[in-house]
Amino acid sequence: MRFDCVITGGGLAGLIAGISLQKEGRSTAIVSTGQNAMHFFSGTFESVKEAPARLAEIFEAAGIKVHYSAGVRLMPMGTFREAELALGDVDIFPSERFASKALIVSFRGEQGFFTGFLADGLEKAGIACRLAAIDRSSGIKKIAAAVSGLLDGEDAVVLPQVFGQKDSADVEYLREAIPAKVVFAGTQPPSVPGIRTQMQLKDYYISLGGTFLQGDEVTGAHVHDGVVHSVVTRNLDSHYLEADCFVLASGGFFSKGLLATPTSVVEPVFGLDVDYPADRSEWYDPSFAADQPYMRFGVKTDVALHPMIAGESVRNLYVAGSILGATRPEFGTGAGLAIRSAFAVVDSILKP
Amino acid sequence: MSYQEKTISNHNFEECTKCTICTLYCPVMKVNPLYPGPKQAGPDGERLRLKNPWFFNYALKYCMNCKRCEVSCPSGVGVADLIQSARIKYDKSAPKLRDRMLASTDFMGKLARPVAPLVNFGTSLGITKTALDWTLGIDHRRSFPKYSGRSFESWLKKHASKQAAFPEQVAYFHGCYVNYNNPQLGKDLVKVLNALGIGVQLLDGEKCCGIAMITNGMSAQATKHAKHNVAVLGKAVDAGLKVVATSSTCAFTMRDEYRSLLGVDNSAVRDSILMATRYIYEKLENGAKLRFKPDFHLKAAYHTPCHMEKMGWGVFTERLLRMIPGLELTVLDSACCGIAGTYGFKKENYASSQAIGEELFKHIREADPEVVACDCETCKWQIEMSTGYTVMNPISILAEAIED
Ligand SMILES: Cc1cc2nc3c(=O)[nH]c(=O)nc-3n(C[C@H](O)[C@H](O)[C@H](O)COP(=O)(O)OP(=O)(O)OC[C@H]3O[C@@H](n4cnc5c(N)ncnc54)[C@H](O)[C@@H]3O)c2cc1C
Ligand code: SF4
Ligand code: SF4
Repeated sequence: MRFDCVITGGGLAGLIAGISLQKEGRSTAIVSTGQNAMHFFSGTFESVKEAPARLAEIFEAAGIKVHYSAGVRLMPMGTFREAELALGDVDIFPSERFASKALIVSFRGEQGFFTGFLADGLEKAGIACRLAAIDRSSGIKKIAAAVSGLLDGEDAVVLPQVFGQKDSADVEYLREAIPAKVVFAGTQPPSVPGIRTQMQLKDYYISLGGTFLQGDEVTGAHVHDGVVHSVVTRNLDSHYLEADCFVLASGGFFSKGLLATPTSVVEPVFGLDVDYPADRSEWYDPSFAADQPYMRFGVKTDVALHPMIAGESVRNLYVAGSILGATRPEFGTGAGLAIRSAFAVVDSILKP
Repeated sequence: MSYQEKTISNHNFEECTKCTICTLYCPVMKVNPLYPGPKQAGPDGERLRLKNPWFFNYALKYCMNCKRCEVSCPSGVGVADLIQSARIKYDKSAPKLRDRMLASTDFMGKLARPVAPLVNFGTSLGITKTALDWTLGIDHRRSFPKYSGRSFESWLKKHASKQAAFPEQVAYFHGCYVNYNNPQLGKDLVKVLNALGIGVQLLDGEKCCGIAMITNGMSAQATKHAKHNVAVLGKAVDAGLKVVATSSTCAFTMRDEYRSLLGVDNSAVRDSILMATRYIYEKLENGAKLRFKPDFHLKAAYHTPCHMEKMGWGVFTERLLRMIPGLELTVLDSACCGIAGTYGFKKENYASSQAIGEELFKHIREADPEVVACDCETCKWQIEMSTGYTVMNPISILAEAIED
């Protein structure tokens, strides 16, 4: 099978690249084994200032609601973190004291929503808190009515961020129906808004004519003289995927885009050069909570985001997303790195 | 005592990072509160079962073996394989008569064929179905597949010499469904392949692939079938033939389940077993030509069956269908239809089965096609019964679209 471009990895980076290329009339395929980091997405995008027009366009066409304002957001354990670009589910406040009194509502029998921690955090920010629990069995209207009925002078309600697997209609409904400021706080993974966003992007990609090979894995490639001719996948075995260019967006250690062995850190599909210190003792910080050096390891690339094999550039292969680690600080970190490096790759591909 | 026995398992069990992603994609978990879900039934449960078989949970029988958990797992864990293997290893309860009947698709087919009109009449009568419901636990709301009067095998045997005259040859694993219920599908395949200059041969005595036995607690019989089939497939492969199938479940079972669930070595034949849609697509991609009817028109919606999704080959069927001039194609969101072979036939699963399928049924009604295209016969029964839309195998659509 032949495409203009074959992308390895269907996370945020692979999808943004695939969508952008399809929009430019290129035919693409995305091969993605298993799901990805979006399934744990907190709802705020690191390192993206105001969404650039091309990103806003994609989100709008995919039906993804985002909003931008610099401030702080409430985290699952009751702390606050700076944020700028967020999914519609997540509120960004100018300051931590976003209300004077808050009602924290959980669902009976459902774990993973840390009400006690949230209350501690809110009290610290000067917000008086009261806890309540309701049944989730009934539909969204009954939930809104039950929560409204519990209100006793509170100007804010904190609910678990678990609404709207398919779209954000329930989220919007709760905000309108409950006569107080409705704030959604994260739960134990997975992340409902993250999964929804991933699915919306994937559906949009497919609606643009993209071919998404879910659950398949790129296991190898045919590379000659610095050019990739085709990739091999586990499911298609002898049926190679050919293309003019290839994108590698296979994620970091979590997604197995990078693998650590006892003596080396490798990129398993193409065997690309990876930037990491030879001395293993420099890989870790013994303090668990510290910023871990291995998180910065990544595939080495040139200006146009071409990687290298044994020091030689691969001319029609491009790398995007968290597999870059911290090797390209100009693209930022987290979701910002995924989105911005994907756009940069698309620009490199489209530029003749 | 062996430490390894209590810690080591197959199917990439130790790769599980407990991320819970698989639980989000399990269709059974969404509708059946009795089912613990892929993570608990699979890697989590396996850890406990290894320590002590007492932890084996009979709720594992609710798993449909649809493999959607495996398709979603980012860590490559064989979640459903772990579950089905545990059922094979620990579930020592003898299968019920009903499960044995449902599982014996070829045996039932052989019995039913000579009296097909009677059987069809009988299974469509309300009272027979209610009796099946009481005595066997087969849900009376199910409609049964029809049995055909003449088997596909006997038809193809009659045409063997004509088929042998074609310059290129392929072997066909037709499966029980084509043989007993829908010989027309087999004839459609023969028509398309003949149009490509390829003759079709039977295997030297295929047996049912055995999937229904695997999921109904009859792994010993399934293993016998697997060994037999690997041997006859081997003969064809040794003779330089590819083997094509029109049922995604048969192909998937022989390629993957023989080895991973039954421990039958199929390495010599695995790569030669292909879905007919893949085989034909590859021929056309390499320049072969079909003569399509100029006035063909059909509005179709393609449903990717779970096992096609797991094999990752839906793309071949989709692309093949798109090559048909005059075919207006919608690809339905990949979702399980809920039948899972014999699963949905059981009384205890009927409600779950229908609830699981509802999402797909809704998409079908929205697309409102003339036919639903699908590579799996049990999906066909489920979709036809639940939506009223006609379901056709993609090969039959192709056969209709080409010149006679
Ligand atoms: C648990 C977690 C939570 C995070 N939360 C946030 C957050 O809240 N905000 C934020 O800004 N950032 C967050 N991040 C950072 C995250 O890395 C980025 O947000 C971004 O989603 C990464 O996208 P990606 O496409 O580069 O990689 P991934 O999302 O990891 O996707 C890579 C995909 O490639 C697939 N793949 C790998 N190898 C192959 C192969 N050989 N063949 C086929 N497919 C392959 C993987 O299965 C995976 O689906 C989080 C990261 C993690 C791990
Ligand atoms: S089996 Fe896979 S998807 Fe399920 S919890 Fe384990 S790693 Fe996650
Ligand atoms: S095979 Fe299907 S039914 Fe069984 S656990 Fe996996 S997703 Fe659920």
